[in-house]
Amino acid sequence: MSLALSVTGLEKAYGQVRALTGVDLEVGEGELFGLLGPNGAGKSTLVKIACGLVTPTAGTATVCGAPAGSIEAHRQLGYLAELFRFPDWCTGNELLELHQRLAESGGGAGERAELLELVGLTEAGDRRIGTMSKGMQQRLGIAQALIGSPRLLLLDEPTSALDPAGRHTVRALLEELRGRGVSVLLNSHLLSEVELVCDRVAIIARGELVAAGTPAELAHAGGVEVETAAGPQVFTEARRDDVPRIVRDLVAAGEEVYGVRVLTSTLEDAYLEAVGGR
Amino acid sequence: MSQVRVIALFTLRESLRRRVFLVVALLTAAFLGLYALGTWQLYRDVGDVGSNNFGVEPDVIVGATVLGLAMFGTLFLGTVLAVFLTLGAVRGDAERGLLQPLLVRPVSRRTLLLGRYAAAAGVCAAYVAAVFLAATVITWVMGGWWPDRLLGPAVGLSLAVAILAALSLGGSVFLSATANGIAVFMVFGAGLVAGLLGQIGEALSSNTLENVASVASWLLPFEGLYQAALAGLTSDTVGFTRLAIDLGPFGGAESAGPELWLWAVVYLALVGAWALRGFARRDL
Repeated sequence: MSLALSVTGLEKAYGQVRALTGVDLEVGEGELFGLLGPNGAGKSTLVKIACGLVTPTAGTATVCGAPAGSIEAHRQLGYLAELFRFPDWCTGNELLELHQRLAESGGGAGERAELLELVGLTEAGDRRIGTMSKGMQQRLGIAQALIGSPRLLLLDEPTSALDPAGRHTVRALLEELRGRGVSVLLNSHLLSEVELVCDRVAIIARGELVAAGTPAELAHAGGVEVETAAGPQVFTEARRDDVPRIVRDLVAAGEEVYGVRVLTSTLEDAYLEAVGGR
Repeated sequence: MSQVRVIALFTLRESLRRRVFLVVALLTAAFLGLYALGTWQLYRDVGDVGSNNFGVEPDVIVGATVLGLAMFGTLFLGTVLAVFLTLGAVRGDAERGLLQPLLVRPVSRRTLLLGRYAAAAGVCAAYVAAVFLAATVITWVMGGWWPDRLLGPAVGLSLAVAILAALSLGGSVFLSATANGIAVFMVFGAGLVAGLLGQIGEALSSNTLENVASVASWLLPFEGLYQAALAGLTSDTVGFTRLAIDLGPFGGAESAGPELWLWAVVYLALVGAWALRGFARRDL
């Protein structure tokens, strides 16, 4: 699998504070990768290193094979920061035009119109950014990140200011990008969102990678609960396939079975377990 | 180079849209209006005094003095413009989240800094040259006096303000906007004080003061360039008129040799290298 982002032994220290303590991570081409973790876990630092905004203390990061921070790497990526801000005096169209020039994109007005439509801002292209709501600015930020058809999109909390409809739009957009073969690293606190759209997920806590896998792998089976006349009985190691046998054994033992429930942990359970939240 | 131009034009468009240039133009018009009024009044007063038998030319003394004052005002206004165009260009913009989206594009930090500098220094240098020229024309219209040198002082002032813009932009890499603004104005003030010390030292024949001023002029070459620009106004003036000018508030100005111009260019390069080095290492 060719890699859109590869991070090896990544460390970053800000004075005495160690933000990252040796993270290894790979995002494949066309993969939608979710990055989860509590505040201060090091997620944004990792994304900023990938963007070349922060220099790692140790380790390497490459974007589509080019060293992170190099001009070649920058040609391959689009980025929306968590705490971004655009010049409030210019219009959405002017901002996109500036980024087209800097990205050396030849898309022209057609690309700008397409991106504004994609994020639902067709009517607001000539509106001053200072008059846009935070949600509109965030959608404009996503359009800005897509300028020049990047191969890797780094989105740091891209839906934090969006309403449910806006989040739905972004989810649909992410799925479309996956269809186009664009790799996405999605840094988000919204576990349900990550669970819905991401192919793989990594959880970072205290600067280290504590869990990684598909959402299904992380949200592992949690046992089987059987409601009997004597009360609920939980078979913690059992899975869905074990249900007929369990019911048969209980009935054979003279129990009266009223109901059966297969327990599965959610991504939230896995997350809390991984970061030590319970 | 085209991306330097893109950054520079975007910076200029921001200043235009935020009406920075409109405000500057209005205030400069007010400054030049006051200057014209003051110059007219001074020449009228000198005209009332009449001629003298010592060979002193009052119109030259008045012209050189008021234009020297206008140069000081012009340099100050140019410095204000340079500082406000650059004081938060790096750290200030990074803290507000404005810088990061630009630097993730295939644009090097050097390109971004050069673009910002080209916009600020270009505007400020053109501004001080234009205001100086306007003040010179006003002086000529009011009193019929024209300085001995025009191009040299104009270029000197422009280079001085370009150095201050570089210091302010360089400072913005390391300091917050407020701290940087204060620092640059204090450096500017220190340069002017050093120049005054040099003039006092010359009047009192104090080698120590003159040495202090000389060292300060090399450390802060915008001051040396300003002094050279002042000296250029009356570089060909001799006799009692020269003596009278030397006794005036701008009389002790030192002319500069080619080494000052060379050093000013080297100084700009050093400030640029210092800023680029700091910017390259800064986490955003």
